Amino acid sequence: MGRREIQLQLNGGDRRVEVEDQMLLIELVRSLGLVGTKLSCDTQVCGACTVLLDGRPVSSCTTLAIEADGKPVETIEGLADGAKLHPLQEAFIERFAFQCGYCTPGMIVSAKALLDEKPAPDAAEVRHWMEGNICRCTGYQTIVDAILDAADEMRSAR
Amino acid sequence: VIEERKVAGTSARRVDGIAKVTGAARYTVDLSVPGMAHAIVVRSTRAHARIAKIDRAAAAASPGVLRVVTGDDLLAAGLTPYYGHVVLDHPVLAIERVRFHGEPVALVVAETRREAAEAAELVDVTYEELPAVIDADDALEPDAPILHEQRGERVGDEGMDQGEGGLVGNVCAIATVGWGNVEEAFKGAHLVVEGEYRYPKLYGYAMEPYNALAFFDQGDLVVFSSAQHVYMVRRDLARMFHLPLARVRVSAPYVGGGYGTKSYTKVEGMTAAAAHFTGRPVKLDLSVEEAVLTTRSASARIRARSAFAADGRLLARDFEIVMNSGAYTDNTPLVNSKTANRCFGPYRIPALRVVARSVFTNTVPSSSLRGFGAPQGNIAGELQMDEAAAKLGIDPVELRLRNLVGPGEELMPGKRPLDADLRDDLRCLASALEWPGATVGRSIGLGVSASDAGAYPTSTAAIRIHSDTSITLFTGSTELGQGSRTVLSQIVAEEMGVPLERVSVVNGDTGVVTYERTTGASRTTTITGRAVQEACRDARRRVRDLAAQTLEIPAAEIEDTAGGISARGRELSYGEVIEQWFGAGGEVLGHGAVRRAEGFAKMPPFYEIGCSGLELEVDRETGQIHVTKLTTIGDVGFAINPALVHGQDAGAAMMGLGASLHEELIYDGEQLANPNVVDYRVPRFSDLPDEVIHLLAERRDGSGPYGAKGAGEGAGNTIGGSVASALGRLFGVFPHELPATPERVWRLMNESEKGRRAR
Repeated sequence: MGRREIQLQLNGGDRRVEVEDQMLLIELVRSLGLVGTKLSCDTQVCGACTVLLDGRPVSSCTTLAIEADGKPVETIEGLADGAKLHPLQEAFIERFAFQCGYCTPGMIVSAKALLDEKPAPDAAEVRHWMEGNICRCTGYQTIVDAILDAADEMRSAR
Repeated sequence: VIEERKVAGTSARRVDGIAKVTGAARYTVDLSVPGMAHAIVVRSTRAHARIAKIDRAAAAASPGVLRVVTGDDLLAAGLTPYYGHVVLDHPVLAIERVRFHGEPVALVVAETRREAAEAAELVDVTYEELPAVIDADDALEPDAPILHEQRGERVGDEGMDQGEGGLVGNVCAIATVGWGNVEEAFKGAHLVVEGEYRYPKLYGYAMEPYNALAFFDQGDLVVFSSAQHVYMVRRDLARMFHLPLARVRVSAPYVGGGYGTKSYTKVEGMTAAAAHFTGRPVKLDLSVEEAVLTTRSASARIRARSAFAADGRLLARDFEIVMNSGAYTDNTPLVNSKTANRCFGPYRIPALRVVARSVFTNTVPSSSLRGFGAPQGNIAGELQMDEAAAKLGIDPVELRLRNLVGPGEELMPGKRPLDADLRDDLRCLASALEWPGATVGRSIGLGVSASDAGAYPTSTAAIRIHSDTSITLFTGSTELGQGSRTVLSQIVAEEMGVPLERVSVVNGDTGVVTYERTTGASRTTTITGRAVQEACRDARRRVRDLAAQTLEIPAAEIEDTAGGISARGRELSYGEVIEQWFGAGGEVLGHGAVRRAEGFAKMPPFYEIGCSGLELEVDRETGQIHVTKLTTIGDVGFAINPALVHGQDAGAAMMGLGASLHEELIYDGEQLANPNVVDYRVPRFSDLPDEVIHLLAERRDGSGPYGAKGAGEGAGNTIGGSVASALGRLFGVFPHELPATPERVWRLMNESEKGRRAR
């Protein structure tokens, strides 16, 4: 079993870590204490483990850690600026867009990827983009509302 | 005098909000302790078999392995190797025999999870196969293989056990409800509607799969777990290890979804056994596939007859229910009795007969899931109202209005009178859905239910007032996402007259908090909330006593104020009273308890109301259903946090929609064909109805604080019947089986004249 050293920009900070070839990206980030990223279905359908790899949302449960070599990786822990929450985080609280919270980190990270790519989505576009994230608690409407609110907030802040 | 309500009744932000949106919230799955080993479960590859031999030599010699634990080890060590809160028949690890495909047979404990997983492949189990029975009706046949020749000891109390009368063969539980002369009533009926209805086996898919971390600390057992009912788990573990309750600590930090599926003991016994045999802290994390193999909900086949007079009045109802409850008892007796109590609906019924039987089969054990027997029976009871309406030429809403039990009337003799106005709720719902609907190609379905909450009203709570007038609440209720920390904090803030930001909550840890029977059946706001109120009142009394002593005046002259007391023109905060009495530092402790007495003397402690419906359309080429509108009426007495009530209603309705449109665990022979969320499809964003409306009905008629009563199940209970009745009105044939998959809907269309014409 091979091991190698990789370098990644994890939530904006440079990290060098030694990983086994078969190590998954979710195992890597969680082993570094970033346990906000959650494992659930383990089959790339629920989205709970979503992180941004090079700005794109990926299921970290089915991505090898070595694929992150040389790339930026962003997890839920990287969104807030100190005590100042990201507008998506604010909107999720304001809209009650979570209950148990287990899907929430992946949900917010996926939504961030959407707003990075498309700052003014409509409700249909939000639903379509978020299809890969499952929530069992909320029934989804409050999540759509929160993402639209955050988009408004981010545009008006520009 | 306390001022008008300031905090209760507002959609205060969740007190766990920041933790949950930043990834800081810690679930059991996130916990680790130094020296922690990891366990992997070896599962049965047979549905029913005698275990001839377990060869663990190769696994034990595998790198990193600390121990391979089997059921025989537990027996040899003198531990109680079974658990169960009603019947002690569920082996922690299989003993001599396996009763379902996927049952835990052994546990491999190793330094790392990967080493444990690799070694688990090397455990060699030799089985001698026994005939298996998968279908519940087959299990009732006289020549069916029997799963439990000897029944386990009954350990349930009056809140959960119906007794063992009539339990022969594979019958796990039996419940009967009835009154009046049913046969006579059917003879005199203008119309009899008759049919057989089926509800599927479901997987709750709480997104955090079952997991636990266990270790021994100077002989005390400490278990962190994804459990809903920490005190119930404590009882099972104390029995298993012959420990006093005081020496077992079960703690549930944030829980990643429950919905009933994390009620009662799951993996805690196994994990604690691994800690016992290795002397190490042990972590056991199940996968989603293993979670499916741990618990599901019971499927039901219901034969139902309803007799009506020409004017639509119900004359009699007759239900015969058979539920497939899987390999072990678990919570089946309670689910079974609730199915019986809930199937006939909140109607005035002169003559009733219900017989519900739950049956052991060689399948995954069933237990609680949101609604708890209500959705199973609702499709039969409510759909027959719609079928009768169609045959009698009476509007289905009007037919229900003519039969609904009114506020203060009994649904069941001797039980709590109905604490709701269902007629008004239904009128509201019909109006919000624009019943009967005018859009061609669309159809509305709606329904009502009143669930006798399965919540024995034993709850306690405690608060500590600190010397700076901040307050800590201690509650045994676990935070599953429902928002109990927030709602209970709001009650404390309201009662004590302090800002919400000065209240913190410690919950779900039997080593620290006060006793709570369970966190289920939508009980927390209503019953725990009352205990919290009592704790606040107790603390206020103590503060007045302290003030009386330091001010040297009679306690009767002291009045409560927001955040303190006033007496003879002086205003003192709690903190000032405390510091003056102690001289320096100090605190005041208040304890509250509720029991089956006074407001909760009559069971059930409250009725959970379901009043929801939807409008749908069907793709005539594919049979695919699209829900255009979903409406719920949250009849909760008083919404202490309206946004959280809407959240419960939205979640329950969406779960109900999943069960009605897609979800079904399917057995292919003796094993599950779809134990994963690829093949078992739960609702996604694309299932979100075009329009969603959540309304509240607040009449202060609940037994909880400020007139509140439970929410969280009701909105989902009526969705199955709503989908089926909407389809029935669209095509002229009422479907009797859920989920209404595209294939079933397509067949339904082709069965019916109206459906064929519509294509």
